[in-house]
Amino acid sequence: MHILVPVKRVVDYNVKVRVRSDGSGVDTNGLKMSLNPFDEVAVEQAVRLRQAGQASRVTVVGCGPAVAQDVLRTALAMGADAAILLDPGPGEGDAPALLEALSRLVQREGVDLVLCGKQAIDDDLGDLAPMLAALLDWPQAMSVNRLELIDAGLRVHCDGDLGLEQWRLPLPAVLGVDLRLCDPRAISLPNMMKAKKATITTLALAELAADQAARFRVTGCATPPARTAGVRVDGIAQLLDRLRGLPAFGA
Amino acid sequence: MTTLVIAEHDGTQLDPSTLNLLGAALQIGDPVHLLVLGQDCAVVAQAAAALAGVSQVLLAQHPQWALPSAETLALQIGVLMPDYDTLLAAHRVLHRGALPRAAARLQAAYLSDVVAIEAGPRFLRPLYAGSVLACVEAQADKTLLTLRPAGFAAATGTQLACPVVTLDSVSADSRSQLESRESIDSGRPDLSRARVVVAAGRGVGAREHMALVEQLADQLGAAVGASRAAVDAGFAPNAIQVGQTGKTVAPDVYFAFGISGAIQHLAGIKDAGVIVAVNKDPDAPIFSVADLGLVGDLFEVLPALSAGLPRAATGA
Repeated sequence: MHILVPVKRVVDYNVKVRVRSDGSGVDTNGLKMSLNPFDEVAVEQAVRLRQAGQASRVTVVGCGPAVAQDVLRTALAMGADAAILLDPGPGEGDAPALLEALSRLVQREGVDLVLCGKQAIDDDLGDLAPMLAALLDWPQAMSVNRLELIDAGLRVHCDGDLGLEQWRLPLPAVLGVDLRLCDPRAISLPNMMKAKKATITTLALAELAADQAARFRVTGCATPPARTAGVRVDGIAQLLDRLRGLPAFGA
Repeated sequence: MTTLVIAEHDGTQLDPSTLNLLGAALQIGDPVHLLVLGQDCAVVAQAAAALAGVSQVLLAQHPQWALPSAETLALQIGVLMPDYDTLLAAHRVLHRGALPRAAARLQAAYLSDVVAIEAGPRFLRPLYAGSVLACVEAQADKTLLTLRPAGFAAATGTQLACPVVTLDSVSADSRSQLESRESIDSGRPDLSRARVVVAAGRGVGAREHMALVEQLADQLGAAVGASRAAVDAGFAPNAIQVGQTGKTVAPDVYFAFGISGAIQHLAGIKDAGVIVAVNKDPDAPIFSVADLGLVGDLFEVLPALSAGLPRAATGA
């Protein structure tokens, strides 16, 4: 079984981002960038399946300029077998073209399972897994927090609207994984050194997918009004007093 | 510019959030149609037809709509969208799987977790766990949106019932099979709509200590929530996680017991009316957003609040 894990390079989850003063977007200049935490979990799960002999190969794929190789190297150091960087060229690489390129890659590389993070922590859209599943016409599962291979398919536990759900899916399939699925391993120094020297295949995005118009555009960004700290009360009696003064508690 | 709204209901009555979704749809403009999917839910469709501003109700009844897969819902959306420009649905797990799946097939724009709509229409949605608010313009022929219902004023008023059109349901995509579902019928109000939420963090220390949190919640007629740390530690089920990757809440009062207040958690509670934080760490970030903060031991505070706050009237 060949597993493909699409990965995204995002501002590190510990970094507080700032909106540019003209509101034109988020200033990511000079900020620490990392592998999207949800994608890191997907890589970990894929590598575990391969190490357990249930998968034969794990390929990670990212999109961006040469600098985006760093997150692919993180994935290689975690144990991925191969890494592909889709180079969008001078443009930013619009999302529809990237999706199409990924679906072509899945077919070309003989992929049986795509493990995606369920969302990227920058745009919080969570659209990649369902959209890729749609283009491939494969079944999907989102918010996967447990995964086991059963005969010719998968059994997954997902967050549902009313609680945990257990689904059975045939392969091939696309999954969007939750952080809870597994804990990413710590990367050892030798593995990191090895990953630094590993070959990353670079493909022009245009080679896999034609340019397509973006389907939406961000016209501006703002910092939402921050909540301000209220009062600190001195003790339980004072807290009760304040709470009893709230309309919710009958005041 | 016709907009289709997926009605929220339990099979017998419309959920109040349907009115918020309708309010949002009317902000985009007339006409607005409501889609009622369910099993034996004609009575819901009749109620929907009487909501002012709705010009047609689409009713599809089939057992598959009781617990549909995202794949099947996406197929139904795909069949309907040729007649519509915009589709609105509540931001919840099923729709977060089905709408982008349908959008990719339709080459439509998909935006999730929209919190406000401006003229244009332009859609406001949070990025970076809510630390940035983006204004987004759709550029495709069709737009599919999940909305945070609490962000929109509820539509009001009734009308002489508009037509109810019965649809054929698509054949289910039966590749994914739901094997089982954990049903947590706690008897407490739904987390995303509760007027009071009592939430616990890692600070509760153990699963059995959740009883104290639940006791206060039941006293107040409140829902129980939890931070990711509390869920990961096994103190609370996934389904009640509040935050960037969990549920978004908008209660009048939100109690945070032993929750440090990571930005990912705060993303889920920013629409709360009053945030009450109790934490023994005076430097916990939760205090920077709390309206009422108490540095103290939650094991002393919880029983004291249970004893000292009025019991909610039943049905609150």
